[in-house]
Amino acid sequence: MSYQANEKGYYGDFGGAFIPEMLYPNVEELRSQYLDIMKEESFQKEFKDLLHDYVGRPTPLYYAERFSKKYGTKIYLKREDLCHTGAHKVNNTVGQILMAKRLGKDRIIAETGAGQHGVATATVCALMGIECIVYMGEIDIERQAPNVARMKMLGAKVVPAKSGSRTLKDATNEAIRDWINNPLDTHYIIGSVVGPHPYPDMVARFQAVISEEIKVQLKEKENRENPDYVVACVGGGSNAAGIYYHYLDNPEVGIIAVEAAGKGIQSGESAATSALGKEGIIHGSKTLLMQTDDGQITEPYSISAGLDYPGVGPMHANLFRSGRGEFISITDKAAMNAGQELAKLEGIIPAIETSHALAIFENRKFKEDDVVVINLSGRGDKDLSTYIDYFDL
Amino acid sequence: MNRINKKLQEEQKMLSIYFTAGYPELEDTVSIIQDLEKNGVDFIEIGLPFSDPLADGPTIQESSTKALKSGMTTNRLFEQLKGIMDSVEIPLVIMGYFNPILQYGVEKFCKKCAETGIDGLIIPDLPVDVYNEEYKSIFEENGLQNIFLITPQTSEERIRFIDSVSNGFIYMVSTASVTGSTSGFSEETRDYFKRISAMKLQNPQIVGFGISDEETFNQATEYAKGAIIGSAFIKHLNANGKNNIGDFVKNIRPV
Repeated sequence: MSYQANEKGYYGDFGGAFIPEMLYPNVEELRSQYLDIMKEESFQKEFKDLLHDYVGRPTPLYYAERFSKKYGTKIYLKREDLCHTGAHKVNNTVGQILMAKRLGKDRIIAETGAGQHGVATATVCALMGIECIVYMGEIDIERQAPNVARMKMLGAKVVPAKSGSRTLKDATNEAIRDWINNPLDTHYIIGSVVGPHPYPDMVARFQAVISEEIKVQLKEKENRENPDYVVACVGGGSNAAGIYYHYLDNPEVGIIAVEAAGKGIQSGESAATSALGKEGIIHGSKTLLMQTDDGQITEPYSISAGLDYPGVGPMHANLFRSGRGEFISITDKAAMNAGQELAKLEGIIPAIETSHALAIFENRKFKEDDVVVINLSGRGDKDLSTYIDYFDL
Repeated sequence: MNRINKKLQEEQKMLSIYFTAGYPELEDTVSIIQDLEKNGVDFIEIGLPFSDPLADGPTIQESSTKALKSGMTTNRLFEQLKGIMDSVEIPLVIMGYFNPILQYGVEKFCKKCAETGIDGLIIPDLPVDVYNEEYKSIFEENGLQNIFLITPQTSEERIRFIDSVSNGFIYMVSTASVTGSTSGFSEETRDYFKRISAMKLQNPQIVGFGISDEETFNQATEYAKGAIIGSAFIKHLNANGKNNIGDFVKNIRPV
């Protein structure tokens, strides 16, 4: 059994394309072509060149010696925080902008929560000279002002999502509506491994460069391609999909997914979808999502805007249900402390999303000779004001 | 024979009205249905509110949000509709997104619809292939018609396929848009109406999206069997509550 998507876009019970007919032509156009386009030699060359010269790949695989010593195991950090724009998100937007060009689209839309994906999308649109519209919840616009300014400086139009709870899920709804209204000239760059097939698979393939590089880098450092564990935080789950990708079907490599418990799983303010979610449909995909008994989608909570999504990508829902993945949830408090700790031990200030993955070592013990690779998915610059408030810096 | 098929055999162009269950007030559902029938509407779409209605514009989304806040649930809707068969004769269709139906249980939902006297369902985010593989038999056992959408971008091949699996009418989305977003039909849209009409499909077509007054109703029904009005009626409810429904209907189709 494979943990990759099958040809209909299902990961076990999850995935598919539950979309209104108005979206069918757009999604079908992409679905019928994405694999062929990605296989083209010219596409691969352009993608790899941009990742190398523009994004700054390969990102280092760094042995975190002092952090490892503290927790009595061998911890490597995959430094996606060193990518241009400060997070792994740009791997996907580079891939999708090239896809959009090949599909002949000259208008790009995207959704964003904290603004990282919005910035990564605005960046590649500026690079290619393509019009860019980013939907962002009205509430997120207020609390993520620096990223809104970055998007504007990059030439993007930021449109507030004023419906529903005015956060990421509503921004996604608005982007989908825009796509319904503009079916011919527009490509929708989804920022995570969510949405209707082929998005989860396509985004995972663009992020797969992360584990592809780890295989080579770990061979140099440890003389082995496979770590004992790969660890990542999961909101929608794109950085996780990237670090798991080439290890999904290798049972020797343990997969650990870290979700945001918020103020605690039972607190009513949480984003731990595997613990709190049930099977259902969100944004065109069958997956696990947080909802009422009546099937209304509920608003999650996490101190980290990037993990604040009520669903999870279908790949991860399947990893959870099948038992292939080990799911751990981490509270705001534990995450913030882990972020502070990494800063002091290694001189790296991580994004708060990433801090969740770093926090597992307090309770999850590993063997001394285990090799554990954590995806350091983003840098903490965008979170400084949250760190300042939290630690009274 | 299903009441929808029977109704569609009648001579006149069909006027169908959509409204959100539990809106403007939680307990208005039944009286609005009765009032619409009394004023000559041919069939009714009852909207089951959803938190994230992807295919709808702001008017319908806001009415859904308000209905949910008032306490509307799937169970509540079925309670409200209990006995509706005794007072209402025109066909009733429930329009809802798939997730609430999935949580209720598709089979249980269909059974409950049959018991209540619902004739058909419109579930915009349940794709036709998934319906065919997993749910068709459940719908048929319960005498429910599933109504599919087509748009100006739907290919001829796919329209033929949708026609072959439909057994009531085809919901023809007028323009590439969410609900409530156009005013007046362009030349291009009318060409699309003509093109579909010329395909001589086995199922009649009912046009939805962008119909708000007598003019757009007449344009839409020039080539199609009928038209559905949603957002414009919700706006009427916003302004008037559940009063003056007769005036609204007369403005669309004068007697």
